[in-house]
Amino acid sequence: MTTNTSRGSIAILGTGLAGMGHAGGATEQEIIARASCLAIERSGLRKSDIDGIITSSLTSPWWVMRMAEYLGIRPRFSDSTMFGGSAFIADLKIAQMAIDAGVCENVLICYGATPRSVPSSSRINQMRAELDPQPYEHPYKAFNPVSSYALAAARHMYEYGTTRQQLAEVAVAARQWAQLNPDAFSKKPLSVDDVINAKMISDPFTTLDCCLVTDGAGAIVVSSSQRAQALHAKPIYVLGSGFAHWHRQISCMEDLTVTPAVESGRKAFAQAGLTPSDIDVVELYDAFTINPILFLEDLGFCKKGEGGAFIEGGRIAPGGAFPMNTNGGGLSCVHPGMYSIFLIIEAVTQLRGEAMARQVAGAQTALVHGNGGVLSSEATAILSSEL
Amino acid sequence: MSNIGTPQAATASACDQRYFGALAERRFEIPRCLSCGRWHFYPRLCCPYCGSQDLQWLAPSGRGRVYSVTIVRRADGDYTVVLVDLDEGPRLMSRVVDMPVEQVRIGQAVRARIDATAEGPLLVFTASEEQA
Repeated sequence: MTTNTSRGSIAILGTGLAGMGHAGGATEQEIIARASCLAIERSGLRKSDIDGIITSSLTSPWWVMRMAEYLGIRPRFSDSTMFGGSAFIADLKIAQMAIDAGVCENVLICYGATPRSVPSSSRINQMRAELDPQPYEHPYKAFNPVSSYALAAARHMYEYGTTRQQLAEVAVAARQWAQLNPDAFSKKPLSVDDVINAKMISDPFTTLDCCLVTDGAGAIVVSSSQRAQALHAKPIYVLGSGFAHWHRQISCMEDLTVTPAVESGRKAFAQAGLTPSDIDVVELYDAFTINPILFLEDLGFCKKGEGGAFIEGGRIAPGGAFPMNTNGGGLSCVHPGMYSIFLIIEAVTQLRGEAMARQVAGAQTALVHGNGGVLSSEATAILSSEL
Repeated sequence: MSNIGTPQAATASACDQRYFGALAERRFEIPRCLSCGRWHFYPRLCCPYCGSQDLQWLAPSGRGRVYSVTIVRRADGDYTVVLVDLDEGPRLMSRVVDMPVEQVRIGQAVRARIDATAEGPLLVFTASEEQA
């Protein structure tokens, strides 16, 4: 396996959450700022030490400038590449390239939104559609993004016999983890039958196969591992990372059962010099119940087609052999439009042994995997408390 | 979360105008590359496989198979959204009509048809006899 000198060259310092669930009237800029200030303070840094910023928005193309202005940061490095929900894991790679190149030292990666307290108006939704036209899909009135993922789920069921029950188990396990997490939004008990019998939206998905729509903001600070050791008692090293995007629209996805996670995962494992069997805890972007099944296969935790059987029988639930989505995921914890920043923060919490009731005993190495668009962009990172 | 029914950009690309213009005249035509021979969809000015700009617009056979299907459940009526693989290779999003939505199957043979709708001409598919 190839490794390179950039393995573990950067580490995550402080993290911050704000406005989880319902932001109570604060704007997205305000909750991002609160999360960012927390992350900076917990990094042992002052705001003036932050010389890099990476963020992106589903709405504003000016977002990194707006956030830097709001926080009073004049960055030496900034980036705002729009990968959709996978962005903040892809940003670990971008931050690493900037830090390794000596362009900047301490990079703030942040995101937040308030779609629960301030739902997008029809005018905003219309504007988003006009700015990202898809004239060859639009006339068919898919209920997007749900329908695009439903098409992938249907194809996976057809090719591999994945069952409705297996999809539901993903949601049930997420809920059980959420019940252990004080920051999680949905904690009501949930059964496989509840998921299957909920209102059908776009076959095979019911409402309970779909992620939440909540408020929430998350922020992290990354720095070189050398600086991180001097600044923080428990830096979390980014051993490897990778991202890939292969399409934008579901009709342009070559094989609906194979995602760009194949490529992002291969890059991350290669850089880390690790294999799936080295991972103690896994955090996968569960926008829909099919997602973790696809990603477990594409990342090499099981063979293609075996993801459904892999998660069965409570294996990914609390107490199961394969701890996954330990914060309750996008399905039951938090999902403000884009989610991957929360995957990183949960993994860091686990690797620092600070996850309380949901702590995975002895977790030393975590894999985080983000997804964006309609299985369009994928980003993977391998994090560890040890270099 | 959803963008159902929101209008798209008023400015159509040259390829969009070519494609939808033909549909309006009841012709289903898509580009085929004169360099590598492959058909592609959605229509672009350059071949996404080999990069050539030497393209020709042609009518495909209209025959294909359902690659995947979902039924969109709405208060005012359920309908299918499908991905169809044309016999010529390209995949496109469409709808299978003239049969109960529950009976549309992955792998099913379908044939293209152009329907007039309130929003303009729409390429849809209907079940066709299985080909050998």
